[in-house]
Amino acid sequence: MQPLSPTFAILALASLVWMPNAAYAAPRDLLAGYEAAARQAAPAFAGFSAARGARFFQEPHGGEWSCATCHTPAPITAGKHARTGKAIAPLAPGANPERFADAASAEKWFRRNCNDVLGRECTALEKGDVLTWLISLK
Amino acid sequence: MTPDLRRRIFDLVVWIGSLVVAGGLLAGEALAERARPVADNSAYRTECGACHVAFPPSLLPATAWRAQMASLARHYGVDASVDAAAAREIGAFLDANAGRDRGVATATGEPPRITTSGWFVREHREAANAIRTSATVKSASNCGACHPAADRGQFDEHAVRVPRS
Repeated sequence: MQPLSPTFAILALASLVWMPNAAYAAPRDLLAGYEAAARQAAPAFAGFSAARGARFFQEPHGGEWSCATCHTPAPITAGKHARTGKAIAPLAPGANPERFADAASAEKWFRRNCNDVLGRECTALEKGDVLTWLISLK
Repeated sequence: MTPDLRRRIFDLVVWIGSLVVAGGLLAGEALAERARPVADNSAYRTECGACHVAFPPSLLPATAWRAQMASLARHYGVDASVDAAAAREIGAFLDANAGRDRGVATATGEPPRITTSGWFVREHREAANAIRTSATVKSASNCGACHPAADRGQFDEHAVRVPRS
């Protein structure tokens, strides 16, 4: 076996240092997209609010379920599907780097789950608030 | 050796031989059942397996799977819609691997539920009460609650563990 080249070793070390931040890069890109959309929908948009996101996540919206029903009120822990009982991995990216890493997948689940909880799709403001709160969870 | 004794030994050999052959056949069948590969597709596993076990496609007939695919936006009260590309791929996969036995055609419901099939009800008769009352199981469609390898399409009765609560 050939010894590792110094360049490779440095790159490998650098990637280790950089990795924890990588978990948040994709969610923040997604958030930037929601921000642009929210600003377009309401020019008076004054930024997302983690507190508003937390409330939105916990309360039922006229239906049987809230987001927290399946994802738990503190989604750094694993949840459980309210209908089927199947385990759901933690939703907060801080606890599960796979979350919000793929924009198409995040959008798909927002569409499905907002329909289940609110009976409509969520607005960019609602998605941005919830994502801001989820990113803040450690 | 008297002819009578020879006869007895012959009978015994035939007996043991039959037992070995029958045992071999039974064991072979059991092994085949265990080793039978379950049809798999990554889009099916990702989209459908996210909320419940990716049920083996052979458990419903093609007509029932088509009814499932046509009503995903209202999937037993839940929005399980997928994009057009995934719908095409999963639909074709289910069509190709749907059940063809008469038993799977007894499923009822709108769209048909695996858990209403005659064979399903019969096989789960002993566990019906536990399934109904257990908070962990919640639903007869939660295969993995009692069948630890359900995700890999294995439902061997000997591996069943019914949760206590």
